[in-house]
Amino acid sequence: MTDTLQDTSKLPIATQSVAERWKALPNWARWALMAAIGVLILTIVQSLSGTELLTTPNASSGMLRWAMPILLAGLGGLFSERVGVVNIGLEGMMILGTWCGALGAFEFGPWGGLICGLIGGALGGLLHAIATVQFGVDHIISGVAINILAPGLARFLSDRFFPQRGGSISQSPRVDGLGTFTVPGLSELFEKIDGWGIFFLSDVAGLLEGLVTDIRYFTLFGLLLVPASAWLLFRTRLGLRMRICGENPKAGESLGVNIYFHKYLGVVVSGAFAGLAGAFIVIELTGLYRGGQTNGRGFIALAALIFGNWRASGVMVGAMLFGYPFAISLNDFDETGSGVATRALLLVVAIGLAGYAVFTYRKGATKRSAATQVAAVIGKSAANDQSFMKSPTGSYMSGVAALGGPNVLLATVLASITFLWYLLTDRAADWVPNTMPYALVLVVLVFASQSLKAPAADGQPYRRGEA
Amino acid sequence: MNTSLLRRLSLSLAAPALAAAFALLVSSLVLTLSGSSWLDTYSEMISTASKLESMVDILNRATPLYIAGVAVAIGFKMNLFNIGVEGQYVLASFIAAWVGSQFNLWGPIHVALILFVAVTVGGLWAGLAGLLKVTRGVNEVISTIMLNFIATGGIIAALLPLAIDDPTDPNQGTPLIAESGWMPNLNGLLEIFTRDIIKGRQLGGMFVIAILLGIGYNIVVNRSRFGFDLRASGMNPFAARAGGVPPKKMVLIAMTASGAMAGLIGMTEILSVNHSYDQGFVQGLGFAGIAVALLGRNSAPGMAAAALLFAFLDTSSAPLQVTGTASPEIVVIMQATILLAAVIAYEVVNRIKQSDEVRRAALATEAVGPGEPEAMSGPDAMSGPDAMSGPDAMSGEVTA
Repeated sequence: MTDTLQDTSKLPIATQSVAERWKALPNWARWALMAAIGVLILTIVQSLSGTELLTTPNASSGMLRWAMPILLAGLGGLFSERVGVVNIGLEGMMILGTWCGALGAFEFGPWGGLICGLIGGALGGLLHAIATVQFGVDHIISGVAINILAPGLARFLSDRFFPQRGGSISQSPRVDGLGTFTVPGLSELFEKIDGWGIFFLSDVAGLLEGLVTDIRYFTLFGLLLVPASAWLLFRTRLGLRMRICGENPKAGESLGVNIYFHKYLGVVVSGAFAGLAGAFIVIELTGLYRGGQTNGRGFIALAALIFGNWRASGVMVGAMLFGYPFAISLNDFDETGSGVATRALLLVVAIGLAGYAVFTYRKGATKRSAATQVAAVIGKSAANDQSFMKSPTGSYMSGVAALGGPNVLLATVLASITFLWYLLTDRAADWVPNTMPYALVLVVLVFASQSLKAPAADGQPYRRGEA
Repeated sequence: MNTSLLRRLSLSLAAPALAAAFALLVSSLVLTLSGSSWLDTYSEMISTASKLESMVDILNRATPLYIAGVAVAIGFKMNLFNIGVEGQYVLASFIAAWVGSQFNLWGPIHVALILFVAVTVGGLWAGLAGLLKVTRGVNEVISTIMLNFIATGGIIAALLPLAIDDPTDPNQGTPLIAESGWMPNLNGLLEIFTRDIIKGRQLGGMFVIAILLGIGYNIVVNRSRFGFDLRASGMNPFAARAGGVPPKKMVLIAMTASGAMAGLIGMTEILSVNHSYDQGFVQGLGFAGIAVALLGRNSAPGMAAAALLFAFLDTSSAPLQVTGTASPEIVVIMQATILLAAVIAYEVVNRIKQSDEVRRAALATEAVGPGEPEAMSGPDAMSGPDAMSGPDAMSGEVTA
């Protein structure tokens, strides 16, 4: 009986499935391959849609720039949720960061702005920690309260501080950025390759050029915080102690971990990150504080956190996915109007959805054939359970299963709709790029919610000594 | 037992009183630090509010706030956080105003049509989040936030240009609704109390509807089978399920009901004030509704008081600016401080009540027969942290 079930690891490479070979690759190779496939799709789509904006240096540098506030705030969310505190107040802490960052940058220069923004956000985090950790207030309620408090406080303080500094109640005076640098050699090299106009190769070079030319120091700092956060949370003793607060605080307590302290630490660090995100907006994106300029990025950061499965690298990918369409839409103009490149993004989304459908279907097919094999060996098929298969639920389920499950069906339908939309329009309306990230988050959650894993005790109240 | 009842009662009243006192203290401090006189500010606010026309303003402002509070509270009652009330009411108001502007019907029918469209759109938009939750396990907090952005930045941005009749009009919006679709005001009712003519003010008809909704909410939630199922699912979904309450159906119904109620928030604006949806349509009532529901502890009278308080603070902000007594933003700080202080105070009181409960149970079991540890853990487990600390912290009712 056992020899009918083959041990796949002993098979020659050629007969191994794609998924198995994929799993055998080292981490960095998987990332690089995924990025290459992504750029290849972009290149093909761009040549089909009559635009050249998808792989310009502007696209990648813009993506980095617009992703940065979401990335920083998302890392903030990571610290908070890893210690078990849901932080929906990221938006409010970010607003505090923008205000403090603007004042600090005006008074002490850009580095002062960075530090002041960080402190402002951390104070918001402290407030959240006091409410949720100390007093056990529901995390979302406290976060909402902070989101109501922060804009009012910022406006009130602006009225007191900015008019005499050349600003007004709704905005601060202009402040300087941290400055930029260009990687010598690489930038020129990529520019040259980009100029050759070779399919794919020049597109890759174009995107890389954007990543090594005029990098903001703040951006570099933010990018370095990604591995730093991952290292701190997943490779150090402190990180382990912090994570046990989010997974099983009572077990941590029994091991002598000071849960309150680590929760406080996580939430305050979370606020500090959100404050940094705010400072980035002020110092690098707009050059001044303006009321309402965070524009819901705190919420997008939460979405990026969930998208990234509560991991630092995942948050980064999520943030880039949000930044990219926005960067594209900002440059998406030609002589006749706007929206050509954004329309091309619709095709990218359609391809992504179709790819997901095919992938899931094939995965399901492997599982199904394995199941029938096993069933044949045992000599009893689940499908023989006649009474179930004849019931309405059973026949519906078998119908859906034949199509590869509801996910495949849904992804196919969504892909078709997006593809039709792409076919039937010439340019995307101006509201499309503004809406696309949010719609994408919903789509991702629809498909991935069940496979994403939040920290086990995330959002749950904890009181010392209740174990 | 009587003293403990008294203790419980005073504890319940202590929370809002403490929160208000703390908020006053903080605002006074902020005012003093920013160089304004707190005494002048408060007296200015009170003298403004005591004018008749301000009272009408307050009632008109409190009406949508109250409806928003009820909409949020329906979700809270079963531990659902409908943070998307904001998007639901804006979308519902836009579509209702647009549909309403296309018809010219007999008055009551016209108004009813607009209300019906608003309720339907709000309910469907929220129901979508409910559907995603029960079929795909998408957390409603995130999905409703995303749906907020999709509603305002996507759907309305896409459809509003189609709805605009006159592109030269500076205030771009839906066409004006015909007068048959305006809701009659309640000034006749006001004249029973006072003969003074109110300077151009009108008490909107939605005021009555809001009161009826509040009564209906109270009866349905506290006195009906459905309300019992709703609260049971909120407090302990597993127990409710064992008791025959289908959890998925309850999520769908609660979300849809919450959104349907949210659809009515913008109706004061559409039916009584602007009669159209335009770029300047009132925003932020959904988030304010969350605050109202939290302050009012999801109870109809409590939320009415909270809505009035917030409306009072809102309307007193403009006069502060006019007279230059203080920065008008101080009222937002007051609102947020009251909210934060109140939720903390409620939580503290809740904890005191819990420990009281444990002590009482311990005493009671001691009186019956000595030393059965299981009996002691009973009430504690019932009112344990899982049941108590959801947004609906009314669970004191269980043990009361």
